[in-house]
Order: sequence, then C-alpha cells, then structure tokens
Amino acid sequence: MALPKHTELHYRIWHYIYLTICGLVFFFLIAPLFVIFPLSFNAEEFLSFSDGMKSLDPDAFSLRWYKDMIYGTKNPWGLAAKNSFIIAIFATIGSVLLGTVAALGLSSRHMPYKGIIMAVLISPMIVPLIISGVAIFFFMAKAGLAATHTGIVLAHIILGTPFVVITVTATLSGFDHSVTRAAASLGSNPVNTFMKITLPLILPGVISGGLFAFVTSFDEVVVVLFLAGLENTTIPIQMWTGLREQLSPTILAVATCLIILSTLILVTAELLRRRSERLRGINR
Amino acid sequence: MSSETQKILTTDGIPLEVSLKKSERRNKIKAFLLVAPLLLFLIITYVFPIGDMLMRSVDDKMVTEMLPKTFKAMEKWDGKELPEEEVFKAFYLDFRQLVDEKREGKLSTQLNYTKNGFKSIIKKLRRKSKNFEEGNYKEQIMAVHKRWADVEYWKAIKRRAPAYTSQKYLKGMDMFKNENGEIVSVSENRRIHRILWLRTLEIAFFVTLFCFLMAYPIAHLLATLPMKYSNLLMICVLLPFWTSLLVRTASWMILLQQQGVVNDFFVGIGLVADDARPEMMYNKTGTYVAMTQILLPFMVLPLYSVMKTISPSLMRAGKSLGGTPIVAFWKVYFPLTIPGIGAGCLLCFILAIGYYITPALVGGASGTLISNQIAFHMKSTLDWSFASAMGLMLLTGVLAIYWVYNKLVGIDNIKLG
Repeated sequence: MALPKHTELHYRIWHYIYLTICGLVFFFLIAPLFVIFPLSFNAEEFLSFSDGMKSLDPDAFSLRWYKDMIYGTKNPWGLAAKNSFIIAIFATIGSVLLGTVAALGLSSRHMPYKGIIMAVLISPMIVPLIISGVAIFFFMAKAGLAATHTGIVLAHIILGTPFVVITVTATLSGFDHSVTRAAASLGSNPVNTFMKITLPLILPGVISGGLFAFVTSFDEVVVVLFLAGLENTTIPIQMWTGLREQLSPTILAVATCLIILSTLILVTAELLRRRSERLRGINR
Repeated sequence: MSSETQKILTTDGIPLEVSLKKSERRNKIKAFLLVAPLLLFLIITYVFPIGDMLMRSVDDKMVTEMLPKTFKAMEKWDGKELPEEEVFKAFYLDFRQLVDEKREGKLSTQLNYTKNGFKSIIKKLRRKSKNFEEGNYKEQIMAVHKRWADVEYWKAIKRRAPAYTSQKYLKGMDMFKNENGEIVSVSENRRIHRILWLRTLEIAFFVTLFCFLMAYPIAHLLATLPMKYSNLLMICVLLPFWTSLLVRTASWMILLQQQGVVNDFFVGIGLVADDARPEMMYNKTGTYVAMTQILLPFMVLPLYSVMKTISPSLMRAGKSLGGTPIVAFWKVYFPLTIPGIGAGCLLCFILAIGYYITPALVGGASGTLISNQIAFHMKSTLDWSFASAMGLMLLTGVLAIYWVYNKLVGIDNIKLG
C-alpha cells in the first residue's frame, strides 16, 4: 500500500506505525504455530531451542520423536489416530446428510417458523461445549451409548450439523431456482432434479460444510472427555492427557502432523469457496 | 354484482384461491419434512437432555421417596417442639424398610448434607432398632442417642420433604437456606463460586477487548490491500482458525513456560535475569495470552466481511470535504464498521465465557473459569445435579447474549471463513 508522494510527514509516520502494529498482530497470530515445527525435530528432550539448534548444527536435529510417535512402546497414538479418523468420517457423513437435507428445507420460501427452527438447529454451535458435553453425556448414559464409538459419532453429528446447515444455506442463498423449475418442466422427477441439477451446483458448499464437520469432530475434546472410555481414545484426548501430565516432544511431532493436515484442509476449503463463488456468479 | 361471478376457476373447476392455498400448504409440508429428520434428531439427543439437566438440577426426590410415611406424619407437625409419637413411629417403619433394603447408608449420606452429625446416629439407630419393642417408639429412638432427642435434627429431616429444591442454584451463588428458611450467603472465606463467576466475566470481557483492539487494524489492512497481498495475509488468519485448539494451546505452553522460548528471549536481550524468569503460565496471564490468540480469528473475520463492503470513495469524500484523515475515519468509516464490531465482540464473548480446554491447561488455579468448575463436579465430585445447575446458569447468560446477537446481526448472517 504505497502512499501518494504529497503525503505529509506526520501522516507518513502514522502510516508506518499502523503497518508495524499490523505486522506485530500477524506475528502474534501465526508465530506460535511455527515454534512447534523446529522443536519437533529436537534431538534432545527439552522443549526449548538448544545451543546446537541455534547454530543450525545438523546433530542437534533428529527424527527421534517422529519414530517414537509411530513405533514407540505402549504407544497410544496408533489407536487414537484410527479412532479419530473412523469417528470423524462417520460423523461427517451423518452431519452432511442431515444438514444438507435440512438446509434444502430451510432455504425454501415456504418454510414455516424459519427463525425458531434455525435457532434450534444452530444451537449446538452457540451453547458452550461444556454444557453440550454434560447434556449429551446424560443422554448417552441413559441410552447405553456412553463409551461406545456410536455414542461419540452421534455426539459429533450434533456438533457438526450447524456448520453444514450454515454453509449449505449460504450456498443456496444465491441459488437460481428457475433451473430446478426448468428441469421439472422438462419432466424430471424431484430426486433426479436434485441429483443432476441442485447437488452439483451446491456441492462446494456441501463439501466445505463437510470439512467443517470433519475438523469439528477431529478436534473435539470436551464432549469426548465425558463420553470416551479407554477403547475410544482419540488424538485430542491423547494430546490433552499428554499436555496435562508432561509435555513430551512426541506431542510436538503429533502437533506438526496436525498442522500439516489443517493446512491441507484450509487450502481445500479456500479453493472450494472460490469455486462456489464463481459458480454462483459472485465476483468481488 | 355477486362475488360468485368473480371467482376464477382452475381447469378442474376448483376456485383458484383454494387451489393455491392447497399447493402452498403442500409446499410448506414438503419443506418441513426436509428439516424434520435433523430437527427430530436434535430434539431427542440435545434439547431433551438439556431439559433433563434442568430436572436433575432441581430434583430432590431421593429422601422424599425414602421416608414417605415420615413426611406424611410430619405434615401436622408445627416444627417447633419435638414431634409426636406418630412421627417417630412412621420414621421407625420407614427406617426398618430402608434397613431391609440396605439403603440406610444412602439416607445417612443425604441427611448429613443437610446437617452434620447424622452419620453416626443413623448407624447407631440401625444397630439398636433390631431389638426395638412394639409401641412407644419416641422413647426408644430418643434413648439411642441424645441427638435423636434434639429438635434441630428433626427439623433437618423435615427440610428434605419437598421433592424439588433450589439448593444447587443457591450453592452456585455461594448462598444457602438456613434453619429458618432464610437465604443467606456463606461466610466470606468460602465464597469460591462468586469469585469464579466474576473472573469468568472479567476474562471474557478483557479477551474480547484485546481481540477487538488487535483485530481492527488487521481487518482494515486485509480489506484495503490489493487482492493478491490480502489473500496471502488472510492465510495468517485462517491457518490458526483451522488448526487444532490443542495444538495451539500446546504451542503457547512451549512459549510461555519458565524455560520456554519467550523467557529465553527475554533473558537473551537482558530484559530479565536468568534466575528471575517470570511465571507467564499457570496463571491469569497465560489464560489471557492464549485465549486472545485463539479467539482472534473469530473477531477478524466478521470485521473483515463488513469492512470489505465499505467503499473507499466514502473516505475520500470525507477528506475532500475538509476532514482530516482522523476525522474522516472517526465520522465516516468507524460508524460503518459498527455492525461488524458488534458481531465479532458478541461471538468472541460467547466463545470466551464458555471456554474450558485452554484455561484448564494454561490457567493454573488463578486462571480457570466457571466451565472448569462444571467439569470438576462432573468428573471428580460426581455431583451431577450441581454441575447441571451451574451449567444452566451459564447457559442462561449465553442465551441472553445470543438473543442480542440475533437481534443485532441475525443468525442467518453468520458466515464461516
């Protein structure tokens, strides 16, 4: 952002102060994530930069914590990762199915009591997680689903659907309903119209809602803490336990993997968002 | 002219108005049926359980059900002098029943909550009551222990007669009902919950304020920079947003611990001595710093989406009309961003007030919030009705803010990413 040549000195100074402040805030936002990277390659057991690392001595770096993460004895991460992925995948499928169908209904202009129904559907996102956790735990305990994968998947569907509802409703807000009417007038039945016309157009919204649901489930710890037994341990639970007991560099190795995963998800979500805007003809 | 002739008919001969209404209703039902599965699912698994929390938080049926005859007999008792033989007899019968079912232990625990000293005298009564003779139970029970002859203990039993209680809610505000049924505060050195409520509000308020102060300039920068730079900088906001909460908390633990990176840096530049490294974690500072960074994207995104819609020509117009940039900013730009400020602050505040994970990990004893107390009672003391009561008190607060949010912004306008 270049300043015009005639700018007076004190505005110039103001401008540079403003840019410095912005720089510091961006640093504050992003720098903590980058501390984890180098430290996860630490050859020693400490969680600060050793003298060797500061002088970029190759011997000060190693992959030993990554090896420990994968091959370590009595290692919880394998089971945790397996559980996390299974739970997140099923929770995503459930959230996307329920959420997309509900969003279709909500976007219809005939929908009665739209405001109050929307408020109920969004509520799991607004209500503090700890309260959701208590409520869902009471339900699962009564239904005999505490400490089961099914129970956790159901809990994560509850928490994930609001995101799908919001993203798909947003996609549908720019949706041109004349195309479905055109399909109907050409003799297509509603299911066929949905599969052939509506779904391809709202797919970016559906997928990005699904990504939100996946991340919500994959990262969720409060509700799982109430629900999970030893068999249902997930990556967040293991990290939580690890962070409470002792910060070992193995956790940093896991954290690095998670950052890479979230970067991939971020890129996918961004690409989808742009595609969706292009499809809906929104140009900024 | 009669109205009959004006009615337009469809080809089936049905009046158009009727036909339209019918199709409208059909469309309504269709739309509702699409929403129904999710709505039903949420009502069963989520809304009802929250109602269940409400029931649990006021439920006090346990003692009521254990001593039905006693409470029936006590209805006539004025609660001033020792009760009549009738009450003692009823209590004896209830008690024998409980001993037969091996539930007298639960009774003693419950009554002990109401008044200390019940445990031992119930144990004694169980032993002696085996050899009770028929008739004159009052004498026999009073002979077991002198406390059974003390009217205060019978008053305590009577206090447990109602099936519902507000006791858990009072406890959540450090209050209780004394012997005379007045609501009083607990002694000053035991008021832990009030401190926690105030601290929760304080931390949520300041975290929101810090987030606002930091988010405003960068949201403005993102909204005014050319697309190719702003997209790059947007990643700095979105990457933390998508990264696991635990990962971000872990990174703050590494940074803030006493031998951590920030302290190393401070020592390195000579700001603090090596042996006087400040505690930046396991206290309020840790909670403030980590929560501000974690909630910052939730403030930036709504601000950005509002600022993006403000045309730069407005500022130019303000300046060309003679305002200095500061006046133009304050009178033109700032008022236009207020919807974004409202949305971001409310979102941040709602999220901060219910935070659990981060304070539990970096907050120590002085940086924990009300959520931590709820989790503590759920997992450690197993006083679920108390946890429910506090949860609902918190929920009421959040819903009030949510209602304001809905009025100001509208839930339909929540945007993600």
